[in-house]
This record gives sequence, structure tokens and C-alpha cells, in this order.
Amino acid sequence: MAADNRFTHGHWARRDGRSAGTRSEIVTGPVSDWATDFSHLDPAWVADPYPIQDDLRQRCPIAHTQRFGGAWLPTRYQDIAAIAYDTELFSSRAIILSNFRPPRDLAPAGGSPPITSDPPFHREARKLLLPAFTKTAVSKQEPATTELCHSLIDALQGQDVIDAARDYAQHIPMRVIADILGFPPEDGPQFRKFVKNTLEGIDLPPEQRVTRMSALFYYLLGQVQDHVSNPRDDLTSYLINAELGGRKLDPSHIVGTMALLLIAGIDTTWSAIGAALWHLAKTPEDRRRLVADPGLLPTAIEEFLRAYAPVTMARLVKQDMHWRGASMTADDWILLSYPAANRDPAQFDRAAEVVIDREVNRHAAFGLGIHRCLGSHLARMELRVALGVWLERFPEFTLADPAAVTWAAGQVRGPRALPLRVLAASRGG
Amino acid sequence: MKVQIDAGCCQGHGRCYDLAPGLFGDDDEGYGMVLGDGTVPPGDEHDARLAAANCPEHAIVLAGES
Repeated sequence: MAADNRFTHGHWARRDGRSAGTRSEIVTGPVSDWATDFSHLDPAWVADPYPIQDDLRQRCPIAHTQRFGGAWLPTRYQDIAAIAYDTELFSSRAIILSNFRPPRDLAPAGGSPPITSDPPFHREARKLLLPAFTKTAVSKQEPATTELCHSLIDALQGQDVIDAARDYAQHIPMRVIADILGFPPEDGPQFRKFVKNTLEGIDLPPEQRVTRMSALFYYLLGQVQDHVSNPRDDLTSYLINAELGGRKLDPSHIVGTMALLLIAGIDTTWSAIGAALWHLAKTPEDRRRLVADPGLLPTAIEEFLRAYAPVTMARLVKQDMHWRGASMTADDWILLSYPAANRDPAQFDRAAEVVIDREVNRHAAFGLGIHRCLGSHLARMELRVALGVWLERFPEFTLADPAAVTWAAGQVRGPRALPLRVLAASRGG
Repeated sequence: MKVQIDAGCCQGHGRCYDLAPGLFGDDDEGYGMVLGDGTVPPGDEHDARLAAANCPEHAIVLAGES
């Protein structure tokens, strides 16, 4: 067998010739008018985006901004769904809105297949990953996840106030995805930095973003090289050996997919667990009901996913066009807010309320169409275990200081500081 | 009553086999599958309607709804 030299330095150095992409002027400062100058980085949006979205849905409903080189923000469920389904007019070539647009020749694969891929490439790239993320496949992670949640809580015993975002929620998806990819569990703190660098700070100068992103790239390359030398039964070795159309994957495909799994696997679930705990800390009747009736948890989780959907996606407009009243230009961004879709009163009864026994809940938290979140079954398992164990061990808790709760800025929304006062702890089993 | 899945719409959200495991299962890529010929046994109509009403892609067809 020939040596696998796809990941040696020389191979990568030769890849530097690809086209450059385009940069737009960085515009910061407070938003003047949400309909014409929106920014999802504005502190008002970061603190509470829902009233802004509700207002725009009534009066706009597709907002625009000249920031980020031009972007649109649809706020109605039907418009968001139509864009998610329309891969002819809207490309996934880039899915994190920033002041940099990758070159058009990056399509149809994009930098992180399959989330950045368009048809027909998308289908094959996704097919490679689907079997590893079915409900049955991820259920194998459940016992270890349960054990991890108990051990995190064991380590917090004796504290009156616990930061549930920093000391509980974030560690759960970090460890689960490290196991799946076969990365050392002690590298967790580095993952947190990678996540923050990728999803936040999108208004930093491009050079600074490139420097930060290359830290992630070199980390992943190191993991790949280690797996080439020491193959094992994990998703990294699987990707190294996988074939598409009879050929081994391009190294940039492998590293891009690993970046996707690492970033998307951590931040999103961390956010969803944290948002649910935040809701339960400030809503004692819902908390008591779930403690008394743990069988309701899966239904409640769907409602938390609807009301506090952590993920907003992005698309790039493929061509100049008039679309539902908006004069869109090729390469305009679309900020595809599944959170806004999930609170559209035209789609949901009592859309602004959190109804934990909502029986009919056709929410879009995991997206719609061909890019349905690959990790949705994993996320649901982690949420069920993380919330179930927490409620079992800490049946009574409140917000220690509502003003101390902070939320992540950017396209993934969830608490990043969540001090909870724990009133009674039961011994773990 | 019978249940069917429109395979052109299903994206593998898995709401059907979560909510009505007696009527739906998943294939090895996570897409929904109708168990048997899709005939809904008496007493399972509520599960069938729940699965259809919660599919984000509107992929579940209820046939013979009276």
C-alpha cells in the first residue's frame, strides 16, 4: 500500500494558489434602523433578538443592511422555509455571515462539506456521514454521556452557585464530539477557543480572523496526521479512508468536515442545554412539572428548541433578482434565522410563549430541506441526558443573578455565563 | 387508516419514529421508514396523526382519513 501523503506539508503548500474571495468594508456601531441597517452583532440583538424579529415580521418583513457587504434578514416562517428549500437561487458556499465572501469556485463543495455544499456534490458528501449520526448510532454514546453528566455534577457538589453554562453545559458536547472524532478529551479547552474564534468576532480584521482560523486548521491537521500513523475506530479514521466516486477524499474536504463537526457539534448543543436551564431557572412552574413528570421531557425539549433555537444559518444569493419584494444582488448574504421562523404567529399558536407540553410542534430548529442538521439525533440525546440528569440531581434551582447571564453573539445563541443558585441537591445514583 | 412517507420530502428529522415507534422506523441513513404496509392498527390513530403533524418537512401522508 502506498503511503498516504495527502496530509504532508508539501501538498498543502501547493494549495495556496486558489482564488482569493472578496472582502467588504467593516461597518460597526449601533444600529440606526433595524429594517435597513440590521446587525446581529448589536448588543440589543445579542441580549434579546425576539422583540426585534417580531417587530420586523410585522412591518417589513425582509430587513436589509449594508453591513457585511449587503445582507437580508427574512423574518417570516414561509420566507425562511422557501430560502432553505431553494438551492437554485441560494447557495450554501458560506454559512457564517462575515465581511469575507469565499471565492465562487469554492462551490459546490465549500470549505466545510456538507454544510457548505450545494447540490449535487452535497448529497454524496452528506451520505458519507449520515450512518454515523442516526438515532441508533448515537444511542451508543448515551451511557457514557449519562456518566459524564453525573461526574460533572459530582465535581460541583458543595457549591451554592454554579455556572451551568461554563461548568456543565459546555463540557457535554465537547466530550461527546471528541469521542466521536477520536480527539484527546483533555483538548476540550482548545475547542472552546476554536468555537469562539469561528463563530464570534466576525467583525475583526480579516488578517486576524485568518490567523485565528489557522490555529484550528493546524490542530485538525495534527489530528489527521496522528490518525494516519495510528488508525483507530473513530470518525477521523473513517473520513481518512472514505471514498467519493471511487477516490479518497480531498484533504481539504476531510479537514473541512472535521472543522464542521467540531464547531457545529459543540456550540449548538451547549447553547441549547444552557437556554433550557435558563428557562427552567426563571420558570419554577415548568421546572416543578418536569421534576414531577420526567416523561414530559422529550416534548418540553422540542419546545425549548422551538422557542430558543440556537442556530441561525446563512446563504449567499446566486444572482441578481427580485425576490418577494426584495431587490437582491448576487453575493448578498441571507441571514437565515430559524429562531425567527420558530416564533412566527402565522405558523405557531401562542408563538411567543413557551408551552412545554405543546403537542404539535413543527419547528425548524434543525433547519429545513437538504441541510437538516446532521447531528440532530445526537443533539436530542445530549439534551435529554443533560437536562434529565440535572433535574434529577438539582431539582430546585433559580437564577443567582439575572443580570450576570451573558449570551453568545453571532449566529449561535445561548448562555455563556449562567450562574444558578442550587437550592437542594440530591445524591446521584 | 394508512401512513406513507414521501421519500422526496423526508430529510431524516426522525420525528415520526420518535413519536410513533410502532408505525415508523429509521433506515441506516436515518430516513424514516413505514413499518409493514403502513396500516395503522386500531388505537394507533392518535400516534399516526401526531407523527404527521410534527414532521417539519410535511413528508407524512395519512391515507384513508375519515
